[in-house]
Amino acid sequence: MEKNVALIALFAALIAALGLIPKVTLGFGVPITAQSLGVMLCGTILGSKRGGLAVLLFLLIVAIGVPLLSGGRGGLGVFASPSAGFLIGWPVAAFVTGLIVEKWRGAPLMIVAGIASVIGGIVVMYAFGIVGMSIALEKSLIEAAGLTTAFIPGDLLKAGIAGMLTAALAKARPASVLSRADAV
Amino acid sequence: MNWGDPMISLTSPTKTKAHGWPAGAKLAALCVSTVALFYVQNAAIHAVIFVGILTLYALPGRAFFMAGLRALRLLWPFIVVVAIWHLWTGEVALGAAVILRMMSAVALANLVTMTTLLSDMIDVVRTITRPLTRFGLRPNILELAIALVIRLTPVLVEKGSLLSQSWRARSCRPSGWRIILPFTVLALDDADQVAEALRARGGFDALKEN
Repeated sequence: MEKNVALIALFAALIAALGLIPKVTLGFGVPITAQSLGVMLCGTILGSKRGGLAVLLFLLIVAIGVPLLSGGRGGLGVFASPSAGFLIGWPVAAFVTGLIVEKWRGAPLMIVAGIASVIGGIVVMYAFGIVGMSIALEKSLIEAAGLTTAFIPGDLLKAGIAGMLTAALAKARPASVLSRADAV
Repeated sequence: MNWGDPMISLTSPTKTKAHGWPAGAKLAALCVSTVALFYVQNAAIHAVIFVGILTLYALPGRAFFMAGLRALRLLWPFIVVVAIWHLWTGEVALGAAVILRMMSAVALANLVTMTTLLSDMIDVVRTITRPLTRFGLRPNILELAIALVIRLTPVLVEKGSLLSQSWRARSCRPSGWRIILPFTVLALDDADQVAEALRARGGFDALKEN
């Protein structure tokens, strides 16, 4: 129990710390942050339940007014903004990513973690994000989806990195990839 | 890689009357007014509401007002996209209503954050998570976890910047994403140590139930 709470808290802090890495700008001017990579890693490394809870804890702390989102954002305002849907989708994204890594044992971990990050961190997260934007901006779902496409290349890149990092961690310290280990 | 310093809290150092109001009441009022904002379709009414909110920001003085405006700046990409979109389609009134409503919703939410102490927010979290006790959630463990994250984030950031310094001392290429692997391992090791330290102090059983 203590171990699980410590892991959840440390990975919430890891997402926060990744938000302080300066943004990288892709070739066509779209900024990407490492923070959503942290969400994917929560799922691929901690697994569904702990990963989802770590992201939920992180968001709770952001909501009560600690500016831990990238760019020093935080407070209740970010949950009222048009991009709030993405944030609400974060814990679900980590949960789904973790669930896929836990259940799908038939392929190399790098592939599994990468694909899990695409499904959780992109498909699930964008589903929430697009609904949020379509409500806030009064656009149809298709139109809102169109507005978010610029960010997909960056997120695909992050999913690939999440896959590689998870596989590298499994090679170096197999016991640390808790999504594949038995409950602590 | 340069790692910035995390700020402590978004609560405004400018003391206002609203700092003393109960946090739960402010949050309830925020919920009601945000829902209400979505029922208003008229751009003129939205303009009046937004000016009203700006007036609230202006009451505590210049520093508070400027801090409030700075917090709204993160909306500019949405404002630009919606403005261009509606100038293109010619539905200018609808575009104005969407932009004003978006700014009002975020400004109202920020207003609650700026006038509420972190400790008051944590009290609200304790109250609203109380029903979850029946599903096995222990509020004092949640509070401990919140405190751990707030305490450990600067520790991790410090370790991360040491990592990137040691990278730079050994390589002229930027570290990029590679550094995230040792960084994740650091977090996992810290979690081991924190868990041991908690258990050495009697673990969660030693936490007093409120």
